[in-house]
Amino acid sequence: MTARRAWAFLGVLSALMPLLAGCGRTGDEVVIGSKKFTESVVLGEVLKDLVADSGTPVRHRRALGGSRILFNALANGEIDAYVEYTGTLTHEILARSEPQDEAALVARLATDGIRMAGSIGFQNNFALGIPESRAAALGVASISDLKAHPDLRLRFGSEFMDRADGWPGLRDVYGLPQRDVRGVEHELAYRALGAGDADVTEVYTTDAEIAAYDLRTLVDDQGYFPRYDAVLLYRADLEQRSPLAVAALRRSLGLIDAERMIALNAAVKIDGRAEAEVAADWLRTRFDLAVAAPTEGRAARLLRYTLEHAMLVGVSLLAAVVVAVPLGILAAYRRRLGQSLLALVGILQTIPALALLVVMIPFLGIGAGPALVALFLYSLLPIVRNTHAGLVGIPATLRESADALGLSAGARLWRIELPLALPTLLAGIKTAAVINIGAATLGALIGAGGYGQPILAGIRLDDTGLILEGAIPSALFALAAQWFFERAERAAVPRGIRG
Amino acid sequence: MFVLDQVFKRYGQATALDGVTLAFERGRTTALIGPSGCGKSTLLRLLIGLLTPDAGSVRFDAQPLAAASLRRLRQRMGYVIQQGGLFPHLTARQNVTLMARHLGWSQARIAPCLADLTALTHFPADGLDRYPSELSGGQNQRVALMRALMLDPEALLLDEPLGALDPMIRYELQEELKQVFATLGKTVVLVTHDLAEAAFLAHTIVLMRAGRVVQVGCLTDLMTAPAEPFVEQFIRAQRSHLTEAVF
Repeated sequence: MTARRAWAFLGVLSALMPLLAGCGRTGDEVVIGSKKFTESVVLGEVLKDLVADSGTPVRHRRALGGSRILFNALANGEIDAYVEYTGTLTHEILARSEPQDEAALVARLATDGIRMAGSIGFQNNFALGIPESRAAALGVASISDLKAHPDLRLRFGSEFMDRADGWPGLRDVYGLPQRDVRGVEHELAYRALGAGDADVTEVYTTDAEIAAYDLRTLVDDQGYFPRYDAVLLYRADLEQRSPLAVAALRRSLGLIDAERMIALNAAVKIDGRAEAEVAADWLRTRFDLAVAAPTEGRAARLLRYTLEHAMLVGVSLLAAVVVAVPLGILAAYRRRLGQSLLALVGILQTIPALALLVVMIPFLGIGAGPALVALFLYSLLPIVRNTHAGLVGIPATLRESADALGLSAGARLWRIELPLALPTLLAGIKTAAVINIGAATLGALIGAGGYGQPILAGIRLDDTGLILEGAIPSALFALAAQWFFERAERAAVPRGIRG
Repeated sequence: MFVLDQVFKRYGQATALDGVTLAFERGRTTALIGPSGCGKSTLLRLLIGLLTPDAGSVRFDAQPLAAASLRRLRQRMGYVIQQGGLFPHLTARQNVTLMARHLGWSQARIAPCLADLTALTHFPADGLDRYPSELSGGQNQRVALMRALMLDPEALLLDEPLGALDPMIRYELQEELKQVFATLGKTVVLVTHDLAEAAFLAHTIVLMRAGRVVQVGCLTDLMTAPAEPFVEQFIRAQRSHLTEAVF
């Protein structure tokens, strides 16, 4: 790449940097969070509309991730409020096996600076669901009845698979014998049941799908599942910062009963309406609240996803180039150190993206931070490896010719070796960019935005159109990056060594 | 110009130079010749410091080739290898002027030098902006020669410069090289395996075998007073080429 082009490239990337800052929080804005399932997003919208109605600036960071991520975000002050479930708080977050009464829970949360204000008005308990026809054929009515059918295929959401109050405890308490048990995205489990590819999944009792897929919920005859009251959590310091917002949030207490929640869920998941719209409609009927549901057009939405995605890819890639090229040079010059270096960046590549993202949340919070670091780490290998290969592949006679001319080691590297390695080096950056564009979609799992957001929402809502809204631009973006790097190669690589 | 004193060089088990003591006179052309593996290329690479001797010393203009002074001394030598060693990502012009540009020469200083060199080597001016892959083998060697001469060095080291060329081009270039050497009057050390070429181009021939110098002299010395039977054998093996070159 010619120097001028390289600087232009840097300029574009640094222009994207402010977007990063935009992910942080500003001044007195109240931030509502939600987990990555429909009910939580709808409740997040309800909280947001209530706060907005009080005239307080508010933002909803929707579908940020699982319980642990949301709770930590609340504890760290990245969000101010969200709706949690009491059973989850007791078992998963506070890691208590015995049920806690409400007073104990309130006292415990207060030590983290968190207020548990009370119930939204419904329970969303775990239950096991099985298609009605299948249940009737097998004669299964309670969870204990499952013991007689060891061949049933069980599909659970990944969170339920792992959490203490999920499958491991259930299996032990009931002595369930099934072997074919796998973790899938909760929403996909329903679809597997519908398609006859699975038999049993966990359901949330307010899920609209229970009716839609005609599932029988099995009786918890051993009383394994705790109560999951939906409760409002907010940061204690919000009472000082914005008493108005707290008062507004408290309007949600007792607002929605189970029947209403199922209806709201169904409006989104079965009728395909937007969460914001469903929440606003309900508040309008209930409180005569004039909520201006901000509707973002498809073009504006796509532009936002594109900018977020470009920022994730651009910044992580740029940082990777800055670090990986010198590492590649070091690896080429110090052969033994080079082997260790290549092995190390190779190992980084094998860490599953999701694990890497979640591990970094305690240090970097939610949002773009961990996603950028993960993408940066994934970009290192192709660039280090190709820089190394490009340099090592230069014939010894050329290196000697440079020496014989009287060039210093630095001049030899800059004038001879790097230009000769450039085609390989650029190919490495191109590979990293294309991998990055794909991997960046995972960033949406932790609220980093980008094309992953419509993809995840589409999976959640069983909306292929929405999935494609993320998948197609992502693919086009990858193609565009490929094209860009091929052009850059043509511009930067002299005719004499073009392949 | 160059003085070697009791130089030894080994590659693992194999001895490349086995106690060579030799002086190269300023302004003279010397050819190093001998069978493959006799150490002639090793000797040349020692002269420009691409190799360092295991024992003994190599001096250039009375200064030892030490790491600290090596780069400065190399800029007073030109070096051409068999396949030219041209940088494929640079045009002929960029190859030739690389070092001058690196040293910060002005365009006003570079241009006349380049013009002189293209005239000297009969290199077509329109070839200067071509890349090595776009030039013929003979032209690549002309570019390599220009690059070696660009800083007007005191010594010129050539390692089988014509070895990879076909006979017609080779013949043509031998003529040109002889003219160039005569015009410039530099100290030239040339490695070749062809006795006719050595005799045609050099004032002095150094015949080597198994890392040792067998005989130093002109062709007539080698023919009329061979130092040992190997000299006769070597000349006999090359005789067919010799008749072609001498007459």
